[in-house]
Amino acid sequence: MPQRTSDSSRPVIEVEGLRASWGGQPVLHDVDLSVEAGEIRVVMGGSGSGKSTLLRYLLGLHRPDAGTVRLFGEDISRLGRRDMLALRRRIGVSFQGGALFNSMTVGDNVCLPLREHTRLDEHTIRIMSRMKLEVVSLAGFEHLMPSQLSGGMVKRAALARAIVMDPDILFFDEPSAGLDPVVAADLDALILRLREAMQVTIVVVTHELDSAFAIADRITVLDQGRILMTGGVDEVRNADNERIRNLLTRTATDTEVDVDDYLERLTQGVGPQ
Amino acid sequence: MAAEPAASLPYRLTGHVGRRFVQAVEEFGYGAALLVESLYWIVAGHWLNQPVRLRVVAAEMIDIGVSAVPVVAILAFANGGMMALQGIYTLQDFGAQSQVIPGIAMSVTREFGVLIAGIVVAGRSGSAIAARIGTMNMSQEIDALRVMGIEPVRYLVAPMLLAMLVMMPVLAILADAMAVTGGGVITSLKLHMALPVYFDRALAELVPSDIGQGLAKSFVFGVLVVVVAAGNGFIARGGAEGLGRATTRSVVLCIAAIVVADMIFTLFLSR
Ligand SMILES: Nc1ncnc2c1ncn2[C@@H]1O[C@H](COP(=O)(O)OP(=O)(O)OP(=O)(O)O)[C@@H](O)[C@H]1O
Ligand SMILES: [Mg+2]
Repeated sequence: MPQRTSDSSRPVIEVEGLRASWGGQPVLHDVDLSVEAGEIRVVMGGSGSGKSTLLRYLLGLHRPDAGTVRLFGEDISRLGRRDMLALRRRIGVSFQGGALFNSMTVGDNVCLPLREHTRLDEHTIRIMSRMKLEVVSLAGFEHLMPSQLSGGMVKRAALARAIVMDPDILFFDEPSAGLDPVVAADLDALILRLREAMQVTIVVVTHELDSAFAIADRITVLDQGRILMTGGVDEVRNADNERIRNLLTRTATDTEVDVDDYLERLTQGVGPQ
Repeated sequence: MAAEPAASLPYRLTGHVGRRFVQAVEEFGYGAALLVESLYWIVAGHWLNQPVRLRVVAAEMIDIGVSAVPVVAILAFANGGMMALQGIYTLQDFGAQSQVIPGIAMSVTREFGVLIAGIVVAGRSGSAIAARIGTMNMSQEIDALRVMGIEPVRYLVAPMLLAMLVMMPVLAILADAMAVTGGGVITSLKLHMALPVYFDRALAELVPSDIGQGLAKSFVFGVLVVVVAAGNGFIARGGAEGLGRATTRSVVLCIAAIVVADMIFTLFLSR
C-alpha cells in the first residue's frame, strides 16, 4: 500500500533515465527529473519536444522503454492494480485538450470523481463541486455541456475537475495555449492561488514563456526529448545554451542546410529510380 | 521498391493474408481479455471500490434493449409471416400445409427469433458502442478516466455487458413471440384457421429445450456484440475518418460473429 508519505524530504516525483518512444520512434531520451513537494515546476519546450509525452509517462499511462517513474516514492510500474488506483486518487490532471466528458454537463464532469470515489451524499457532492467551480470562476455554468464552453472555460472546467479530490499533485498540460493574454494571466494567477490554498505540488507543461516565468519555482527545459537544464527562473532566463536562448528570443533555429541532403529529401521515393 | 520482382502477386497475397491472420488472432485475444476484465469487475469490483453502478446499467438497458423493441418486433413479425407463406407454399405439394405450425414454432424458437434480435442489436448497438468509446478514446476521455482512478472497462464496458445479458434474452423472447404471431396471422388467413386454434397448436409444439437453446444463443450474441464493438472503439485511431471506419467495421464484425456463433451452435445442438 502506498502510505500517505509524510516523509517531506523526499521528492514527490522522481524520474530516472526515462526513455520512451512512439511506434519505434524515440521521443524521450534518458530524462531525469525530480520535483519537490509544494513546488511549482514548469516543463518548458517547443512544440513537439515531448512535453505531453513526458506527462503521459508520469501518469503511468504507458510503460517506459527504460527507466523508472516514482510518485510519492512508489515505482509506478511496479504497483498492483489496487495500489495504482489508490495512488491515482491523489493526483489531478488537466489534459491539453481538457478531455472533459462530452456526454455530461460541466457540473457532472466535476462531480464524477466524487461520485466514484467517495460515499458522500448527492447534496454534499453538489456543494463541493460548486466550490471548485467557484474557485475557477465557473459558478453558474454547471448546466452547460462541454461543447457549449469557450476554450478558456474548458481549461478552467478541466482544472476544477482535476482539483475536486484535493490532490497532492496537480498536472496541467498547456494551461494558457490558445488563450488571449488576459485570460492566460488569469489562469496563471489561479494556479498560484491554488498552491497557496491547497499546498499542492504542481507540474505545468507549457511552451508559453510569460506564463512559465510568472508561475514557476523551477523550470525544466525540454528539447527534442532531452532535458537541457533545470533551474530557477533567472537561471533559465540567463542561460547560455544556444537552443534555450533561441527558445527565449523566439528565434527560429537555423539548421545547417546541406544541399545534397536537401535534394535527397525532396526526391526520395519520387520519380524513376 | 515497388518494382521488386519478389513483390509478385502471390507473394503479396500470402503476405497480406498472413498479416491479416495475425491481426485477427491479436484482436480475438484482445476481445477475450476485454471480456475477462469486464467479468472481473462485475464480480470483484465491489471489493476494489470500483463497483459496477446499477444506475448506469439501467441506462444501458434502455439504450440497448428498450429502444430496440419496435424494430425487433416489426422485423420478427414480418419474418414469421414470410416463413408461414413459404412453408405453406412448399408443404402444399405434399398436402401437409398444417405441418407449417410446428415448423414455425421450432425454427423460430431455436433459430430465427434470437438471430433477428441479435442482428438488430448488432446493427444498433454495435455501431453506437464503437462510436461512443472511439470518440472518448480520441478526445482523451478514456485517459482522463484512467488517471482519475476510474477503470474504463469497469466504468464503460461492464455495465454494457450486464445490460446486454439481461436485455438480449428479453429481446429474443419478444422476437419469438412476434414471429410466431406473424406466422399465425398468415396461417389463419391462408388455411382459414382461427387464430386461437393456431396458438394452441403452436404452443403445444414448443419444447423447453428449444427455447433454452434460443436463450443460450442470446447470451452469447449479447457478449459478442459488446466485446467486438467495445474492442473496435478502444483501438480506433485517426480522427473522424478512423472513427467512421471503426464503427463500420464494428457492425460488420458483430454480425459476422453472430452468424458464425449461430452456425457453431446449430451444428452442435441440432440433432
Ligand atoms: N499518440 C501518438 N502517436 C504517435 N506519435 C506521437 C503521439 N503523441 C505524440 N507523438 C509524437 O511525439 C512527439 C512529441 O509529442 P508531444 O505531444 O509530447 O509534444 P509536445 O511537446 O507536447 O508538443 P505541443 O507543445 O505541440 O503540445 C511528436 O513528434 C509527436 O509526433
Ligand atoms: Mg503537448
